[in-house]
Amino acid sequence: MNNTITQNTIRFILLVLIQALVLNNINFLGYINPYIYILFILLYPIQNNRLLFIFLSFLLGLFVDIFLDSGGVHAAASVFIAYFRPLFLKFAFGMSYEHQTVKIGHSEIGQRITYISLMTVIHHLILFSLEVFNSGKILLILNKTLFSSIFTIILCLLITILFSQKSK
Amino acid sequence: MQQIINFFIRNKNFLVFLLLFLVSLALTIQSHSYHKSKFINSANFLTGGIYETVSSVDRYFELKKENEILLNENNRLKSLMFNNQDSLSRDSISPGNYSLKQALVIKNTYSSTNNFLTLNKGTSDNVGIDYGVITSNGVVGIIDNVSGGYARVLSILNTTSRINAQLKKSDHFGTLTWDGASPLTVQLIDIPKQAPLSAGDTIITGGRSAIFPKGIPVGTVKSFDLDETENYYTVHINLFNDMTNVGHVYVIENNDREEIEALQNEQ
Repeated sequence: MNNTITQNTIRFILLVLIQALVLNNINFLGYINPYIYILFILLYPIQNNRLLFIFLSFLLGLFVDIFLDSGGVHAAASVFIAYFRPLFLKFAFGMSYEHQTVKIGHSEIGQRITYISLMTVIHHLILFSLEVFNSGKILLILNKTLFSSIFTIILCLLITILFSQKSK
Repeated sequence: MQQIINFFIRNKNFLVFLLLFLVSLALTIQSHSYHKSKFINSANFLTGGIYETVSSVDRYFELKKENEILLNENNRLKSLMFNNQDSLSRDSISPGNYSLKQALVIKNTYSSTNNFLTLNKGTSDNVGIDYGVITSNGVVGIIDNVSGGYARVLSILNTTSRINAQLKKSDHFGTLTWDGASPLTVQLIDIPKQAPLSAGDTIITGGRSAIFPKGIPVGTVKSFDLDETENYYTVHINLFNDMTNVGHVYVIENNDREEIEALQNEQ
């Protein structure tokens, strides 16, 4: 138990710092940045207290917002996917989620891709809709969502594969 | 009563979600209206300190380029001094009571639609809200939030930014805005149809507000078209400043600002 808390605390701090100091300076093709801080939300233990999880996600988004001067857009998007995570888990992992035996680090690659992609696209869609905040620029929103999502999904998959524990 | 409490306990997840989501929505809406985003900003002790530490390492890699920019500026100022005895000619900035401070950009964004920069100077260095920020090439933005040691700049690459600007060759003026598309071009709106525009014309700041002095370069005209009312031009401007690469900047303080604002608010 203690181990989980330390692990998640370190993950939280590390992801915020990496996001603010490294990943936001990528600006691939001018505007495409990955937002891998959502890995915290993706990998948070499933059996844990849901209330705390939603609150931590809000805090995560808020910290990113403070670093990026973006108002509350990251907080809103993070809280949203945190609350609706069980829905996506059920969709992606099906039966094994019902039995509470899912470990995202050890899951099948196909299921993992579905789960990460769904969460990322929803997160980015909310993020960029709120950031642009102008329904007249729907094409810009979709454009940003599409390209940043691809970037984020690839990075998240690579990181989960690289850092997954080898033990069975 | 029992039922109400039961209802809250049963739906606590949803209620907490709703509350936090509404809080973040409120913060978002606040950040989209100019001069109201007070709470969530990077000009504070924690984030400012982290950004400053990182940029102190980062700066070494930019030294060569910074030196070149400084040399170029010195070169320009020296040639003005040697060749132009009558320094009040067309190129000079209009006389006024301005004082400058140098500062360093420790954080810069240009990929979102509302971009901000963070400087390493704050109230303890007598930097305040509504001071202008420029580089040797041109305008960068206006300070919209300060803390003890840091200041946040509303970049010209921000869709809520409004800066007064005009043509160099005539006195037709308009408002500098950004459409959020390219970090290399900004838009000048409300230029009257009578203005003698052609591609390549220089745009400078207008000096009609108490923030920037008149005559600071902004960019050159790339293209222009009439807006829906057919009475005003919308002008697309290539910036002189490379906003994706800003290091040392100058903060301009207008010492007459209080007097000007008191006068304007009198009526």
